[in-house]
Amino acid sequence: MSDVSIIGIGKTDVGEHWNTSVRHLSWYAIEAALDDAATTDVDALYVGNMLAGRLSQQDHLGALVADFAGLRGVEAVTVEAADASGGAAMRQAVLAVKSGLVRTAMVVGVEKVTDETGSAVIAELATGLDADYELIHGLTAAGAAALLMRRYMHDYGVQLDDFAAFSVNAHGNGADNPEAMFRNRLAAERFATAPVVAEPVSLFDMAPLADGAAAVIVTDAERAMDMAPKPVQVVASTLATDTIALHDRREVLWLAAAAQSAEKAMSMAGIAPHDVDVFELHDAYTILAALSLEACGFAPRGQGWHLARDGEIGRQGSIPISTFGGLKARGNPLGATGVYQIVEVAQQLRGEAGACQVPGAQIGMAQNLGMAGGTAVTHILRADFSGNLEFSGK
Amino acid sequence: MQVSRHWRLKSERYKLVGETCDSCGVKLFPPRDVCLACEAPAKELYTFTGFGEIYSYTTIYDPPAGFEHNAPYTVALIKLEEGPLVTAQLTDMDDEEVRIGMPVEMVTRKLRSEGEEGMIVYGYKFRPAVPVQELSAA
Repeated sequence: MSDVSIIGIGKTDVGEHWNTSVRHLSWYAIEAALDDAATTDVDALYVGNMLAGRLSQQDHLGALVADFAGLRGVEAVTVEAADASGGAAMRQAVLAVKSGLVRTAMVVGVEKVTDETGSAVIAELATGLDADYELIHGLTAAGAAALLMRRYMHDYGVQLDDFAAFSVNAHGNGADNPEAMFRNRLAAERFATAPVVAEPVSLFDMAPLADGAAAVIVTDAERAMDMAPKPVQVVASTLATDTIALHDRREVLWLAAAAQSAEKAMSMAGIAPHDVDVFELHDAYTILAALSLEACGFAPRGQGWHLARDGEIGRQGSIPISTFGGLKARGNPLGATGVYQIVEVAQQLRGEAGACQVPGAQIGMAQNLGMAGGTAVTHILRADFSGNLEFSGK
Repeated sequence: MQVSRHWRLKSERYKLVGETCDSCGVKLFPPRDVCLACEAPAKELYTFTGFGEIYSYTTIYDPPAGFEHNAPYTVALIKLEEGPLVTAQLTDMDDEEVRIGMPVEMVTRKLRSEGEEGMIVYGYKFRPAVPVQELSAA
């Protein structure tokens, strides 16, 4: 697959947008992406969202957002795959353009978390788990991560402090990202003092839920060369699934969908893990960062945390992750998260990542997980403008 | 009230009724009609003994709505002696320290209640396995 490119990107700050509704958030990101692409010519809109129906009593976002964004009449639907909704919506846009039935597709990931607070949000987020066999027993998203983390520590002899380096890296990068929710650096020695959410998962292991929206415009690669000075090619797009419930998995500590989608994506792109210059992974919990690195072939089983300990996940390391703060510091706007990842990787490849820039990044990967990996969406992007230096902008 | 949602799961929730695979013999809980191991039909009912050991566990301090009055509570993955893992709360722990590998047994407890006039949902939880000699002495 080689003929879909990103021609426009946009995003809002991630945080608590008390004054902004789900439709306004969507519009701000869409407006920014349309400005960036210098076009208003969009044929289809894919909205990635997880909880608007529950937290804002607003479903039917395809039509709502299309109308509000001045795209009335355009084909538009919502794509839902828990907190992998954004990545899954991106996948639909790629499929649409690739099929030839849609010329230019817009993706917007949006989540408005703060219309509810506290235990209500925890309960709604947990609807991404297995309702009959997990949720009824009081399991939460953080609890599922905790079950993984406890067993991982047991099987591989890992200590709680060994996970700190993931959050320290994320916060260090978030401090350089003006759109990040948390811009404070985190000292490793403070890690152990964080309040416990679901033992052993503490507040410093988990990403904050937040409001936000991000948008991406894709079209066929040939057309993109004429439309954008720096089109970013989508060289692979894959989505795989696994059991939602941890208890149904053959190997609890192996993210099978993450592995399957990454392997297929790398094969599609004709690359190996060492070719990836920047990797936006799904660090909703530090344990998911470790397991994602293992599933995607960057580390052997049980050793994903070594990459954090050894500084390999930093901007100068062998596999930079969470380069804009990741879910941990940029914030986790659930159904928008996967689209933020795509926008951030595109910024890296365009060389427009500001203080977050990974020097010379040419190939970037984004992987968006639904809860503990029930859904995994992987995209590989490549800078595609070496031959486009004489861009005419026609 | 969602009465039917819970009613239809009664044999699983009260008796740990799962399934066994016609083809490879793997025992399945929760029941799912298609074998997780070999993907053959698995529709024969099988009642689990309810004995197992703790595979992993977490104590939840930030509960979802509906579980606030229980928190903190401990949810575990239990490895049943017939093979499958099941997600359930631990109960009757007294002062015992939870550990991976701890032998446990199924008991029936209240899972949640929905207000003064609402439905009470019962189902399986697990407690430290009571040694056989203690049972016969009692």
